[in-house]
Amino acid sequence: MMSVIVFTLIIFIGSYFAGLLGSLTGLGGGFVIIPLLTLVLHVDIHYAIGASLVSVIATSSGSAAAYVREGITNIRLGMFLEIATTTGAMVGALVAVYIPTNFIAVLFGVILITSAIMSLRKKAEQINQEKNELAEKLKLNSSYPTASGTVAYSVKNVGGGFFMMLFAGVISGLLGIGSGALKVLAMDTVMRIPFKVSTTTSNFMIGVTAAASAVVYLQRGYIDPGLSMPVAIGVLVGALSGSKILVHTTSSGWLRWVFAVVVTFLASQMIYNGFMGKI
Amino acid sequence: MSNFKDNDMQAVIGWILRIGVLLSMSVIFIGGVIYLYRHGHIPADYHTFKGVPDFVTTAPALINGIFTLRGRAIIQAGIVLLIATPIIRVVFSAVGFVLEKDYLYTGITLLVLFIILASMLSGHAG
Repeated sequence: MMSVIVFTLIIFIGSYFAGLLGSLTGLGGGFVIIPLLTLVLHVDIHYAIGASLVSVIATSSGSAAAYVREGITNIRLGMFLEIATTTGAMVGALVAVYIPTNFIAVLFGVILITSAIMSLRKKAEQINQEKNELAEKLKLNSSYPTASGTVAYSVKNVGGGFFMMLFAGVISGLLGIGSGALKVLAMDTVMRIPFKVSTTTSNFMIGVTAAASAVVYLQRGYIDPGLSMPVAIGVLVGALSGSKILVHTTSSGWLRWVFAVVVTFLASQMIYNGFMGKI
Repeated sequence: MSNFKDNDMQAVIGWILRIGVLLSMSVIFIGGVIYLYRHGHIPADYHTFKGVPDFVTTAPALINGIFTLRGRAIIQAGIVLLIATPIIRVVFSAVGFVLEKDYLYTGITLLVLFIILASMLSGHAG
């Protein structure tokens, strides 16, 4: 068996690259961390989920701090949808205890593949200006700064988006990931929000969503300090270097493909091991 | 204070998140150094789920652990601080909406806080 210091160093390095890839692709660090801990280092999946959740809060809060000042994040929309995501996260964390670990592993694999496919979609900036009564009542319509001045947008299908967020919250609470891809999907395709706004607002919501399930996991003993320490520091430092690289490169197209291949491999391993009852 | 605007709220929220992450990660790092110094040589075992050590589970034990410089107690305190960061952000948003006289969103924000509180209590009961 490895000593604590060697184990911590390996996890720190792995978490650094998970955070780096997660930030470059926008998928988040949890996607690499959970397979790394469970499949490679044979860590119990409950500890892996707890540690991943801690790293999710660190990275989303860190980057939200920067985004929110730029005025792109729609704070009211985020606040309103957090009703759905925190409710979902609470439910997800509460039922996680009663769900067999091999089922969680299979579900993780399925969500991972879905998210990777969605991250490869072409993203065209859309501006919806149709009137929506509920969106107006809830003051969800807003504007955001672009290179060609301030652009106003309207929000569509508030109920549908809210429902999708409930689902994203359950997945986040159940698997210990940010489920940012699901949140972006809800705002992008259902609510027709400009892509820049939906990504930053999703990121803004991830921290609160993860905190709602972390308060449950903390009391259940899923969040182990010795394990969470290198994961949280590694993922955060990795995500920071990722955002520095993003500023200097114009195209990350090839990187998305590399990540899609890695993700498909990890996901199939999680699904296979789940079905074989090895997780 | 009716001139409190969305821009001010954005600045305050950004500031809270930045301080929270910086502070909690520093505490986690300090705890980590102490933990590795004291326990670095023992075997790491996370293969089977056993929960967490008793001295990091309750608030009094955690505080006692911090004052006796137990690495994992300090790390756990940092983690609690990190989890609290987005929750504190929600509290400050509620205050911001009150200052903006936006009572609809004061209500929505308080509802989110209530859900997090319910989650906290339900975790305790389970």
